[in-house]
Amino acid sequence: MDFNDSTEEAAYREKARAWLAENAAAHRAKWGELKPNTPEHMAAAKEWQATKASAGYACITWPAAIGGGGGTPIQSVIFGQEETKAGLGYGYFTIGLGMCVPTVMAFSDGETKKRFVSPAVRGEEIWCQLFSEPAGGSDVAALRTRAVKDGDEWVINGQKVWTTGAHYCDYGILLTRTDPDVPKHKGLTMFWIDMKDPAVECRPIHQMSGGREFNEVYFTDLRVKDSQRLGEVGDGWKVALVTLMNERLAVGGSAGPNYREIMKLARELAGPTGPSLKDQSFREKLADWYVQSEGLKFTRFRTMTALSRGQTPGPESSIGKIISANQLQELANTAVEMEDQYGILSDPEVAPAEAAFQQSLMWAPGLRIAGGTDEILKNIIAERVLGLPGDVRVDKDVAFKDMPTGR
Amino acid sequence: MDFDYSDDQKFLKEEARKFLAAHCDVGVVRGVLDNADRSFDQKLWKGVTEQGWLGACIPEEHGGLGLGRVELCAIAEELGRAVAPIPFASTVYVLAEGLMAYGSDAQKASILPRIAAGEVIGCLATSEGPGVVGPATLQCRVEGGKLSGTKIPVTDGDVADIALVLASEGGRPGLFLVDLKGAGVSRETLKSLEPTRGVAKIAFDGAPAERVGDAGAGFEVVQGILDRAAVLLAFEQLGGADRCLEMAKEYALGRYAFGRVIAGYQAIKHKLADMYVKNEVARSNAYYGAWALNDGAPELPVAASAARIAASEAFWFASKENIQVHGGMGFTWDVDCHLYYRRSRQLSLVAGAPKVWKERLVAELEKKNAA
Repeated sequence: MDFNDSTEEAAYREKARAWLAENAAAHRAKWGELKPNTPEHMAAAKEWQATKASAGYACITWPAAIGGGGGTPIQSVIFGQEETKAGLGYGYFTIGLGMCVPTVMAFSDGETKKRFVSPAVRGEEIWCQLFSEPAGGSDVAALRTRAVKDGDEWVINGQKVWTTGAHYCDYGILLTRTDPDVPKHKGLTMFWIDMKDPAVECRPIHQMSGGREFNEVYFTDLRVKDSQRLGEVGDGWKVALVTLMNERLAVGGSAGPNYREIMKLARELAGPTGPSLKDQSFREKLADWYVQSEGLKFTRFRTMTALSRGQTPGPESSIGKIISANQLQELANTAVEMEDQYGILSDPEVAPAEAAFQQSLMWAPGLRIAGGTDEILKNIIAERVLGLPGDVRVDKDVAFKDMPTGR
Repeated sequence: MDFDYSDDQKFLKEEARKFLAAHCDVGVVRGVLDNADRSFDQKLWKGVTEQGWLGACIPEEHGGLGLGRVELCAIAEELGRAVAPIPFASTVYVLAEGLMAYGSDAQKASILPRIAAGEVIGCLATSEGPGVVGPATLQCRVEGGKLSGTKIPVTDGDVADIALVLASEGGRPGLFLVDLKGAGVSRETLKSLEPTRGVAKIAFDGAPAERVGDAGAGFEVVQGILDRAAVLLAFEQLGGADRCLEMAKEYALGRYAFGRVIAGYQAIKHKLADMYVKNEVARSNAYYGAWALNDGAPELPVAASAARIAASEAFWFASKENIQVHGGMGFTWDVDCHLYYRRSRQLSLVAGAPKVWKERLVAELEKKNAA
């Protein structure tokens, strides 16, 4: 057992580091500090993606012929680590390259692939995933957006929700209902669409955290060609499962303050019986958070080990978000309570740690829901990892149109 | 990155599982549980000796196999899974590891070969009553090489041949090696939550005692030994926790209620998913502990603490919820759930309760931060 790279891995890391040292510095010198979600930030991100693509560091595991790096999964992990260390990494392309474009590659004709894959790898075009709906969240197959065949075209009407980055995306993959007369999973069909079509309207969602990172997307008589279909008519669920399988690989890592930051805060603040860091109940919580965070870190190392050995990683990475999202919420709340009356203040100019704990407190509820709720993730562990039976499905043999609907 | 058992280590682990399946089925465990006169299974102890496990990490020059600590972790995981009723931890994780880390050449040469040969059972005697033992409360005394005082409880103290005893000499705490078969030792077997591990009260009255490690460093030496033991115990806990999850799953898949298997109900599924999450957190922390132990890394105090905290939590949770999944049957003597519930308590308490290790972990983090 060790944490060392193999000889080949070390050589790759060295090469990546040297490349990053040169190119990241040049990139930063040109763009400086930018505020996320601004046009400049996006422009910088696109340029960085193109720079990586030209050197084979974008989509490292994809064949070079389609713009990838022709490398291995472990090389992709190594580059990601070094890129993070170099302080770079833009989130705009994750969903498109991690989930949407792989779906397009798996289910479209050669011409479509040729048209879309390389520009996406170079960051010229960004993709979003249009699955969730007001009536189909955890139960995404209950979605209602209708696609109706009209000659060689389909006419689409309906609404999606929680679409990350819809307002800046160029294309999207859209799951629709094409046959309401059959049970819900059987009447779905997937398309790729042009997000800039006037029949597509994005409205930002005002989140409880105050931010507007997600969108509602409305389709009003959107016309798409039958050639934009991904997979067969009625096979949309199968196609979506391919996308979602990629989601489990793409989503990961945690954001926000961790045990280090709250330890720093506790050192500085007075509690009811002395320094907060000396409070025994706090120390026990701190130990638990440390054990969980390190547990996740070393779980990622186990996954890397499997990749390094050329094996398929085990299901252990499925524990990540359940732990990190819940910990963020508890840790943020403990910090806010530790600040006592002052904890109510959320102004970054005034609150400790630039209000990072207050912000995390308001963001954490979303994190426990996004990309699979705690409850759905536990179902996934129970069913796919432990092999327990699925729930009784009362909607399995009922035509979609006859299914009871509530709010 | 190579952060998992190697193929050879996996092979060793599988062989250990096969051996224990053949020689330590639940009948063997219950043979000790249901017989107040026995606190370990001698036949299994002999078998384990023949497998070379007692001397797995003891150097070949002292009659052992000279394997690495990760190999011992693999064996520990299987022993925990089987709830093996033998004084393995006291003898191997504490006495052998302790002597290898702190013993003199003479102490090593005299005792390690006898451990490897299965001739010696060890134990660690630190506690003197309820609560945490500290420099201010330590009562046992050594004067002129003779130990006096009482230790309670001492795990495996009823059957052990040699004890490592924490006592103060001239006001300075030290760790002392005592021959329990010699003069000045009387012991009494005590009733415990976990009858497959023996527990005793040992009274010393002028028993010859020989120091292990530096004078005055008793607590540091004990902590150093416990750091090593904590990693190995974490693997036993992990093995037990994994088995609980398996048992709960097997039962839930076969038990029908309200017309279908209970494994299909979310209340049960989520409980089992929670077990899985805790077990994986424990496994990852235990692996880090194994690495630190094997490499003699300076991170050992932090790694051992984290491994012990995570494994204690995982085994406790899995053992209690396994009973819950089994319903009324789980509360009977005849169903095996309580064997794991008992063992989870024994393993969490034997080297210091999780609360103590949480404090130790945070104190280490503070040191790291201050440095």
